[in-house]
Amino acid sequence: MNSALNPGMAPVATPFFFYLLAGLAIMGGILVITRSNAVHSALSLIVTLLSVAGLYLMLYAPFVAGVQIIVYAGGIMVLFLFVIMLVNVERASKDRRFNRIWPIGLVAACTLMGLFVSAFVKGSRINDMFRDRGMLLPESSNTQQVASLLYGEVDRMGRYTLGQYTFAFEIASLLLLVAILGAVIMTKKKI
Amino acid sequence: MVPVTTLHYLVVAAALFVLGVIGVLTRRNVVIVLMSIELILNAVNLNLVAFSHMWGNLHGQLFAIFVTVDAAAEAAVGLGILIAFFRNKETINVDEIDLLKW
Repeated sequence: MNSALNPGMAPVATPFFFYLLAGLAIMGGILVITRSNAVHSALSLIVTLLSVAGLYLMLYAPFVAGVQIIVYAGGIMVLFLFVIMLVNVERASKDRRFNRIWPIGLVAACTLMGLFVSAFVKGSRINDMFRDRGMLLPESSNTQQVASLLYGEVDRMGRYTLGQYTFAFEIASLLLLVAILGAVIMTKKKI
Repeated sequence: MVPVTTLHYLVVAAALFVLGVIGVLTRRNVVIVLMSIELILNAVNLNLVAFSHMWGNLHGQLFAIFVTVDAAAEAAVGLGILIAFFRNKETINVDEIDLLKW
C-alpha cells in the first residue's frame, strides 16, 4: 500500500485513483437521482457506495471501508431491492419521475450548492492549513506518521468503543433494537 | 499532478450531499428519496473520515461507524413505514402523502 512501508512497491493511493473513484461516486449519485426505474437507481447507488469505500481505503480507513461494504452494499441495498420488489414500481416508473414541487426543491438545493461553493472558495486559503496538517498520503514524506496511523487501527478502535465511547456504543445498540422492533411492528398487518 | 488534500475529499462529499438533497426534494418515488438520504449520510461519513485522517486520530472514523449504524436503523424503519403506507394507499408517490397537509 505504501511505498515506504513496502519498499519496492509503487504507491497505490495515487491522485489518479482518487479522481477515478470520485468521478465514479458522483456519476453514480447523478444516476441515482435521475433514473426513472428504482432498480437502476439502487444499482447506481451500489456503485457510489463501493466508490466511497475505495475513498475510505485511500484515507487509510480499512475498517470503515469494510463496514461500508458489509453494511451498506451487503445489508441496506438488499433491503432496498427487497422493498422495491415488494411494492410494485412497474406502474410508478412510467409516470413522471419528479414530484409536484420539484422547481422549488431544485432552487433550494442549488442555493445549498451555492453556499458550499462560496464556503470552499472563500475558505481556500485555509487549504494551506489543511496541507500543513499533512494529508498522510504516500506521496507525502511523513511516512512515520502513516505507519503509526496504520498500525493496530482496529485494535485501537475497539478500545475506544468499549472505553471512551461506551455510552454511545450502548445507545447505538439500543437504537438498533428499537429500529428492529419498529420495523417489525410497522410491517405487521394486525398489531 | 497536484497532491490530493483534505479539500478534495470535502469537495467530493459536498457534491454527493447536494445530489442527495436534490434527490430528496425533487423525486417522486419514496424508495428513491430514501436512497438519496443514504447518499447524504455517505457524504457526511466521507467528511468525517477525511477529517479523521487529517488530524491523524480515529475519533472521526468511530463516529462514521455510528453514522452507519444510524443509517441502517433509518433504512429499516423507513422501509417499514413505506410498506405500511403502500398497504393502505396502494401507492409510493410522495405527492399522495398529504394527510397532514391543510
